[in-house]
Amino acid sequence: MAFRAAVITFPGSNCDRDMAVAIEQVSGTAPIRVWHGDAHLPEDLDFIALPGGFSYGDYLRSGAMAANSPIMQSVKRRAEKGVPVLGVCNGFQVLTEAGLLPGALMRNASQNFICRTVALSVENTQSLFTAGYDAGSTIHIPVAHHDGNYFADDETLDRLEGEGRVAFRYTEPCNGSRRDIAGVLNAQGNVLGMMPHPERAVDAAHGGTDGRALFESAVRSLVKA
Amino acid sequence: MKIRVHVSLKPGVLDPQGRAVHHALEGLGFDGVDDVRVGRLIELDVADSTDDAALTDMCEKLLANTVIENYRIEKVA
Repeated sequence: MAFRAAVITFPGSNCDRDMAVAIEQVSGTAPIRVWHGDAHLPEDLDFIALPGGFSYGDYLRSGAMAANSPIMQSVKRRAEKGVPVLGVCNGFQVLTEAGLLPGALMRNASQNFICRTVALSVENTQSLFTAGYDAGSTIHIPVAHHDGNYFADDETLDRLEGEGRVAFRYTEPCNGSRRDIAGVLNAQGNVLGMMPHPERAVDAAHGGTDGRALFESAVRSLVKA
Repeated sequence: MKIRVHVSLKPGVLDPQGRAVHHALEGLGFDGVDDVRVGRLIELDVADSTDDAALTDMCEKLLANTVIENYRIEKVA
């Protein structure tokens, strides 16, 4: 069965091709490329990816303009219908700005752009994105961001933790994120936003393949459904 | 009609930019600065008929991220 995925490109996206290559390598099917100004997504999608980059040059706030672009109305409707949506880095910022995930991503506490491989603990191994990881495992995934400092108020953080919606946590402080949160899920579990780049860790040539299980989990969840 | 929207981080939200500016002021020898917060000023030139509800809507939907930011609308002229 073909895995029908879409990768959205915003003006300033720069990880859209990496994301498309990763999805194709794992699923065997090249994703459909969608432009932000398109009003509608293709029908019968199994997966939507919002890639990293600097949409609209990060003007105003990271992700703020992209969250209001025409295609995002369509992404919101699909997310509400349960279609899996993955936002990585700038994609995570877009998801929070669009209200599909709680919280906000602020400037790194160090004020520096951080570009290195970090260790993450997989906090939830039940979601459709993380089922392929072993409970309690630590994985290594690259980060490359200036605005990855996750903020939400205490009440929201307690709710996220209580509902198992923290997907990944940095094993040591990275960018100032509250409670070292690196990735969160929505209440339905079909939307994941994360700052680290799993698409940059799917091939041995990348120096690691710990991101592969995320895409494999999504593909397997479709086969099971 | 000229409108200024002042956007600032909510109290309690860490402001690394403000902290860096504070540090730089200290480096220049300015003592007695207790804290620095950096915000954003957005100037709009809108039709005179634009009502307050529309301005609030602009702030809530785009100009400020109300998870982390407060905003204040100032009518200049």
